Amino acid sequence: MTLSKQVALVSMGYSGFSTVTPQLSFKEMMFEAANMAYAQVGIDPRAEVDSFICCEEDLLEGISITDEYMPDQLGGAQRALCTISQDGLNGVVQGYMQITSGIADLVVVESHVKFSNVLSKRDVHSLAMDPYLERPFLDDGIPLAALEMRRYMHENGVSEESVAEVVVKNKRNGLKNPRSSYSARLTLDEVMRSEELWSPLRRSYVAQPADACVVAVLASYAKARSITDYPIWIEGVGWFSESSWIGLRDFSRALYAEGASKMAYKMAKIDNPSKAFDFVEIDDSIAFKELQHLEALGIYPQGKAAEATLKGETKEDGSMPVNPSGGSLSLGNLAETTGLARLLEAFETLKKKDYSKALVQSWRGIPTSTATVVVLGV
Amino acid sequence: MGRLDAGWHGCNNGEVKRLKFAGTPISPEEWRNESVFFKKEEFDLKYAWDTGYAIAKFLEGLKAGKILGVKCNRCERILVPPRMFCEKCFRKVDEWVTLRDTGTVNTFSVSYVNNDASRREKPLVVAVIEIHGASPGMGILHVLGEVEPSRVRVGMQVKAVWKPENERVGAITDIAYFKPIEVM
Amino acid sequence: MTLFRHRMLETGKEMAFEAARMALDSAGLERKDVDAVVLGSAPDAFDGFHMKGEQLLDGAGGFRKPYTRVFVGGGTGVFVPIAAWWHVASGLADIVLAVGEEKMSPLQPHPQYAFWTIFDQFLERPLGVTLLWIFALEMRRYMHVYNVSEEDIALVAVKNKANALDHPAAQLPARITVEDVLKSEPICAPVKRLDVSPTSDGAAAVVLASEELARKLTDTPVWITGVGWNVDTTYWTNRDLCYPEYLEKAARMAYKMAHITNPRKEIDFAEVYDPFDYKELHHMEGLLLAGKGEAPKLTREGVTQRDGDLPINPSGGLLGVGNPIAAAGVMKVAEVFWQLRGEAGKRQVKKPVNRGLAQAWGDLMQVGTVVIMER
Repeated sequence: MTLSKQVALVSMGYSGFSTVTPQLSFKEMMFEAANMAYAQVGIDPRAEVDSFICCEEDLLEGISITDEYMPDQLGGAQRALCTISQDGLNGVVQGYMQITSGIADLVVVESHVKFSNVLSKRDVHSLAMDPYLERPFLDDGIPLAALEMRRYMHENGVSEESVAEVVVKNKRNGLKNPRSSYSARLTLDEVMRSEELWSPLRRSYVAQPADACVVAVLASYAKARSITDYPIWIEGVGWFSESSWIGLRDFSRALYAEGASKMAYKMAKIDNPSKAFDFVEIDDSIAFKELQHLEALGIYPQGKAAEATLKGETKEDGSMPVNPSGGSLSLGNLAETTGLARLLEAFETLKKKDYSKALVQSWRGIPTSTATVVVLGV
Repeated sequence: MGRLDAGWHGCNNGEVKRLKFAGTPISPEEWRNESVFFKKEEFDLKYAWDTGYAIAKFLEGLKAGKILGVKCNRCERILVPPRMFCEKCFRKVDEWVTLRDTGTVNTFSVSYVNNDASRREKPLVVAVIEIHGASPGMGILHVLGEVEPSRVRVGMQVKAVWKPENERVGAITDIAYFKPIEVM
Repeated sequence: MTLFRHRMLETGKEMAFEAARMALDSAGLERKDVDAVVLGSAPDAFDGFHMKGEQLLDGAGGFRKPYTRVFVGGGTGVFVPIAAWWHVASGLADIVLAVGEEKMSPLQPHPQYAFWTIFDQFLERPLGVTLLWIFALEMRRYMHVYNVSEEDIALVAVKNKANALDHPAAQLPARITVEDVLKSEPICAPVKRLDVSPTSDGAAAVVLASEELARKLTDTPVWITGVGWNVDTTYWTNRDLCYPEYLEKAARMAYKMAHITNPRKEIDFAEVYDPFDYKELHHMEGLLLAGKGEAPKLTREGVTQRDGDLPINPSGGLLGVGNPIAAAGVMKVAEVFWQLRGEAGKRQVKKPVNRGLAQAWGDLMQVGTVVIMER
């Protein structure tokens, strides 16, 4: 067993992935997703799972102390369960550490979101801002994305066309993804004529909310070998936060993604990220972010992602497929579930095609500067 | 293995460095007199939770004047409040069961405060009531009425007092309260 | 740690900073030495923040670092060091800063109100449920099943508040009598005012290091030899509240790791979660430090006093020091640390100690988190 094969992703389950899910409560959604994941590898959570990690934020649930309502539907009643207030991909990192620390062999990571149930989305999001210095100006955070987009474009000489091209590409990629709620066949022109929310941010550049639940099962080397013939190895993990103070950030680059990727690449022994991956699933919840993240992750040099996108390199059949799933722009903004949703896409894609290595990156969304990165290998 | 090293003392020199405990307490008077700088904001966060299948059916049952439970054939427990799956066996439950609307008080309390810590005008008796017809220990939370707080006992038999049919909406409050059953 | 008080001027970020800074200073470390930061803080509803963890990260030392917030309700305070433990034990980090922070005072008219939102939105909130109900219901059940009197329970409040007189950061230290407790204002019978710990603002932090570094940084490292955590089913009305099964499971997980087979003999002292006085007894039993229904007897006999055979809550606990939820748990871990190093000053327990336990509890009578530390 080498260092890169200590922990495997052995199965994943999901439910929802639509704009509304009235037929299922969040508990029932979790039950469905968990069952799917457990059935794939034939495990009984009551007897075999050592730890459960749930990734949610109270205010998106409308419940305080969300972990109270997590155990039963995952098979976690009277088991070692916890909640982290972080993206689902970070849950995978915590699970990775639990396994390599020796305290667990089988870990379940879950995250869900029911945006359709959050009527006061705007108010909830505005509560993430500093009340004195930020909230009076930044509303629900969208203006912040606009400010950042302008600075990023200015410093790197990025045209609006390249940002719009991200939308065209991802929405088209999503057309064949049954989990996509917002895919479409759009022209560049149509995207750029979309309503301007806060210049230069247009409505078409922002991923719209959806409901979903995703469950991942992680296993130690020995356990993985005993329950599946197709483990996907987690070869590197990294996570990083910049600052909650908006004024302290460098808008020209996604330092948080850079920091997270450095840690993961070191672990996975990746020297040249631009050549290492067959495809990448990275955050595009705001279209320009895909470009910014590509550069921060070292897939393209600083300022070059826009050009590559316009040339078609990041298309599904291009030299560097980026977000072949359709990304958040197609799947919908899934809050803390986003990272796990992308992991699900990467997991399935790695198994379907003759690929060997993928990168998954998540960003916690406005107004945060926090990212998690996972390197997967077959 | 990890190690803890926090607070109080210096490391290798063993010298006692008494560190100051930071913090500036604000007295209730300072708060009331607004002598410190603060900002008041009010938020009304609205949510519309999908009840899902199990709770929806339970609430429909309440509207019809019935307390419903579910049965798991593997552990043979009858569960209330009903749920789509048995958490012990981790499998879907098998059937719905109509339970009685009487129960046994498992534990109770007399509340003198509201949930914002203000004093209540009249004390409220709350209890966990094991519903008859369900497995032992299957309780629900509710309030007791038509009883002197000092006379409530663990083990007391109680019966649901339903709101009139036209006032029932499909909520836990369709049962106004539980009252003691006369001793035969 | 900071002072624990009902309301403090400092923001959550500032309190987290003070505690984190103090922890780093005492270890002789700088922020650049820290590989990762873990923060714990209970419901966002108190502070009126969404994604509270992100807001607090700078104060906790997480600026440009790997940072995560963990959250298991009241169990968070002892869970933060557990999460920090697996950061180190996994080999991914050598030095981890674990911070517990809580700012309950912002919520108007009273922090208590936030607890309404922890209850089931369909079956419980419409009844106007308050957090106190659930404690009162559990207290009554415990008293009924094991025939425990309110006087027995009051002894815990008397002990802990007196112990807190020697804790420099304490919020409500006091010399009270059993009679004072029994006569105090009934809130939710059988719970009375002096049975309950206060709501508070405060922060506390600890630094964890890998074995190699620990030996370089200090002559007296305190080792974490056992961790355990467990969450019971959401349906608390379906459980017999007289005994915390989930805590026993969490404790067994930790005892197994620490190779402890007879906790009553092998644990020298413990910081047990006491948001209410009866909880100390309840938890002692769940931790297998006393037989079922036996904890009141041990308390009556003075076994749990500082000069007793099994000192419980020599710090003064939540009842005496205060209850800024996540910070309170870290405070308990810090107390076990200080006791094991003989640095607890006037609070130092009489018997020599080698192994201590810190425990927290939370949610709807659901979570048990346990850490075992030894010299």
